[in-house]
Amino acid sequence: MLHIACPWCGLRAQSEFTYANDGTLIRPDLSNDSIDDHYNYVYARDPRRGIQDEMWRHSAGCGQFLKVRRDTLTHEIHATGAPQDDLDVPKDDRS
Amino acid sequence: MTGQVFRNGAGGRIDRTVPLSFTFDGKNYQGFQGDTLASALLANGVRVVGRSFKYHRPRGILGAGFEEPNALVQLGDGARTEPNTQATRVELFDGLTATSQNRWPSLQFDISAINGLFHRLLPAGFYYKTFMAPANLWMTYEKIIRRAAGMGRAPTQMDPDIYARRFAHCNVLVIGGGPAGVSAALAAGQSGARVILAEDNPQLSVSETELADMDNVTVLTRTMAAAYYDHNTLILSERIADHKPAPAPFETRQRMWKVRAQQVVLATGALERPLVFPNNDRPGVMLASAAQCYAADFAVRAGNQAVVFTNNDSAYGAARDMKAAGIDIAAIIDTRPEISDSTRELATNTKVLTGHAIIDVASGRGGATRGVTLKAIHPDTGAPKGSPIDIACDVVAMSGGWNPTIHLFSQSKGKIKYDGARAAFVPGQSFQQERSIGAANGTFDHEACIIEGHNAGAAAARDVGFDAPDARTSPSGIPPAAQPLWSAPTGAKRFVDFQNDVTADDIGLAYREGYQSVEHLKRYTTLGMGTDQGRTSNVNGLAIMADHRRLDIPEVGTTTFRPPFSPITLGGIAGWHTGQNFEATRQSAMSAWHEAQGATFSNAGLWRRPEYYPRTGMTPAEAVHHEARHVREKVGVVDVSTLGKIDVQGRDALEFLSRVYINNLTKLPVGKCRYGVMLREDGFVFDDGTITRLAEMRFLVTTTTTHAGPVMTHLEYLAQVQWPELDVHLLSVSEDWAGIAIAGPNSRTLLSQLFQDVDFANEAFPFMGYRETNAGGVPVRLFRISFSGEHAYELNVPADYGLNFWTALLETGADLDVIPYGTEAMNILRIEKGHVTGAELNGRVTADDLGFAGMMSKLKPFVGQVLARRDALTAKGRRQLVGLVPADGETPIPAGAQILADPDAPPPEFTPAAILGEVTSNCYSPALGHPIGLGLVEDGSDRHGDTLYAHSPITSETVAITLTNPVFVDPAGGRLHG
Ligand SMILES: [Zn+2]
Repeated sequence: MLHIACPWCGLRAQSEFTYANDGTLIRPDLSNDSIDDHYNYVYARDPRRGIQDEMWRHSAGCGQFLKVRRDTLTHEIHATGAPQDDLDVPKDDRS
Repeated sequence: MTGQVFRNGAGGRIDRTVPLSFTFDGKNYQGFQGDTLASALLANGVRVVGRSFKYHRPRGILGAGFEEPNALVQLGDGARTEPNTQATRVELFDGLTATSQNRWPSLQFDISAINGLFHRLLPAGFYYKTFMAPANLWMTYEKIIRRAAGMGRAPTQMDPDIYARRFAHCNVLVIGGGPAGVSAALAAGQSGARVILAEDNPQLSVSETELADMDNVTVLTRTMAAAYYDHNTLILSERIADHKPAPAPFETRQRMWKVRAQQVVLATGALERPLVFPNNDRPGVMLASAAQCYAADFAVRAGNQAVVFTNNDSAYGAARDMKAAGIDIAAIIDTRPEISDSTRELATNTKVLTGHAIIDVASGRGGATRGVTLKAIHPDTGAPKGSPIDIACDVVAMSGGWNPTIHLFSQSKGKIKYDGARAAFVPGQSFQQERSIGAANGTFDHEACIIEGHNAGAAAARDVGFDAPDARTSPSGIPPAAQPLWSAPTGAKRFVDFQNDVTADDIGLAYREGYQSVEHLKRYTTLGMGTDQGRTSNVNGLAIMADHRRLDIPEVGTTTFRPPFSPITLGGIAGWHTGQNFEATRQSAMSAWHEAQGATFSNAGLWRRPEYYPRTGMTPAEAVHHEARHVREKVGVVDVSTLGKIDVQGRDALEFLSRVYINNLTKLPVGKCRYGVMLREDGFVFDDGTITRLAEMRFLVTTTTTHAGPVMTHLEYLAQVQWPELDVHLLSVSEDWAGIAIAGPNSRTLLSQLFQDVDFANEAFPFMGYRETNAGGVPVRLFRISFSGEHAYELNVPADYGLNFWTALLETGADLDVIPYGTEAMNILRIEKGHVTGAELNGRVTADDLGFAGMMSKLKPFVGQVLARRDALTAKGRRQLVGLVPADGETPIPAGAQILADPDAPPPEFTPAAILGEVTSNCYSPALGHPIGLGLVEDGSDRHGDTLYAHSPITSETVAITLTNPVFVDPAGGRLHG
């Protein structure tokens, strides 16, 4: 069971959190009506065998979303932050 | 008086003042407090405890703990019966009943033993080869095989016991209460760190009063560490009452611990390996360490005369202890050509034959061992040579070396490595905050284990900030005892895996047939696949395969160890989450009232909702129809507290809602409601509900009962992650407000009487209007909205007052003939009105499919708008919402039916292309006096008036139906607005 540092509540058990989404997604601008752009936003994913950014929600805690930089291979969590934060630890070098 | 003829009068850790009676296979025996079932059976001279899995050979007790592959017993009977327990780990209690598992029809006469005579028919891969085809016959074979194999029986009654769960955190968790583990716990404890020490046995291996006195140390005995997960999370299974006939009233049977530790110390010990030689499975052949343990701890002689067979030094100590307990050691047979003088000293006055090996075990009555045959062996090849020597004995104590118990280390994702000097896999690089010590780390010297434990415990505490005792230095370089792996090169059945009956020849066959990788070997031969997970067999099996492949053992590899380390009970996993506590139940403020009226309930998510209120002299269906009819004629109240309610506030609340609803909301004034539809990002309909503008910057939106959670998550995601620039705040208030719908022609009069300060006149409070008032200081929210199609209101009051207002409505409205109605009548009313619900909002429909195209604003962007334009979502031939009536005006429309054009077509389940749609909702309409339904049908909007057929693949009914407008009652909406 993972131990996840909520930026607002501190280190909490995984059972308090829910995985929400890919953490790198940026919704197309409201003025953007390109089907392709929206299609990519909804469906296209680039899951990594290694370090990736994920969006989680502290659903059984403060209810806030948080960005989690996690290694899918080792389950190590390298950093967490608010959804808009740039996490200041090295990312997977393939990105 | 006692039948314990193999029990010594003194010695051991048993309490002879507490004799215990137990039965095994129906026969009565006696043992003592402190016995295991296995030690008590041996004390009574019981040699055969089971039959083997495949060949049904008689089997005896091999080990003394976790490693036991043979002595699997069914414990107890009735609701508390438990299969697959290891007799070596079952603590004896008075009245214990056990039955041997692997025998059919009885242990003495085993009809399946005939398999042994035809063993050539049962080689490795037997299941695959024999039962490949015809596949359906496998079902028959499997039942017979399972019965013959005696897998144990699961209880068929409810588990009567209580299981608990506990979450714990500690600085240092130590697994294993042997010398190393206790030493580690002491060192960590002395630093002040919070320590948990878990030991599977009823007591620690050394009595340690200092540990018991430390407030910061928790010692858990009878506790097995089952799993080691991510981020130092471990699962411990504590057996609180398993050593008693039954738990005391309200006593917990087992407790499952989930421990998060900053540092973990694994002191899990080591398990002895068997040697692989012909007929090494005869009852009486056991691990030397087991024979030693029975002699020293239980004062039980495993037999009268023993031959010790070894390839390493550790068995010499076992021989000494066995001798001390009165077992005659006929000889020590050592496969090594030479042994050291110090080793030989351990065996003074005992015959030692080096460079020899057992080449056969003779069996006597009941299959038990009565002697061995040895030969000298070639020092390099191990091939037997010279003339055979026979030695009479009833015990063979064998030792093939030791395997560190690295299961938890491997589960923690630590890298294991092969240590040639120890001929064993040992822990390599740790992956988590973990240290392996003592025998688990390949350190077999007692003094070295204690020092290693001390240093690891202190280092673990220091790593998390405690001031720990200094490290001690180990007595320099104690070399590991050389333990070359050894197996007899040829001969009769040489068992490698006792539990799954895998022989050395089976591994040879797997090699010849190309199943050479570890994973193939395992699956082809079933090596290591029993409940013991190959504890005694893995390394020997790998060594034999490595030999065939002329590779080193590490090149052959090892299989992955998975949790649980040893089986745990399903009751322990479930904990308190059984029966009514399986999941949470959500009750509205009026639930108790509904229950008191005898309402039946259905589940909507976690909510329980009343279906209908029984009426004397009416069938359930009549009662439901009465409720629905009454609403249309007079007035009814229904509990709608379960609807999701979200309070949306902020300067950008309107902008936010405009982005998530398809509707144009800019003209929604304060004090008005609007029906709203939300799409998912992919363009399909997500949910519907109402949007009410409570104030300039404050809205209340409602969701369907089941989508309340997902809608909230969706909105929060957009607000927090995608549009953080918007000033909007969301709060779920579903449980803060009780909701009551008041529907029917008399609803206005009823509410006017209850809330006299509110003007209910049409002009003052029109359809889709919103008013606030209070009653005795309690805030009341009134919405003029309708799900039934009648003149109706919804009332929200703080949940604590829900029941007061509910009863007030019923009392005040008595003259107006008000009745309560349930979800069944509510469903009829909404079908009559053509309102959609979860049955239609199935995640595959577009707004246009439901006739909501007109609501979709073209003046603003909203979620789902772009992808809703995709070809597949706008093409002709999509299924659209229609009303359905039976063509003959009376036949009920079957629920969930498929809609077809041709009633004589082949069954639609076989010709999906012929299906034009489906029935989504169906009921009898009291208002119309005939059955009706809603459905989704290809191009349904253009087919009103057509006759199609509803075919139920479940009931095989086919009913001719006519497609209509989905709004059956009051299509013009006069009742709503009047
Ligand atoms: Zn939080």
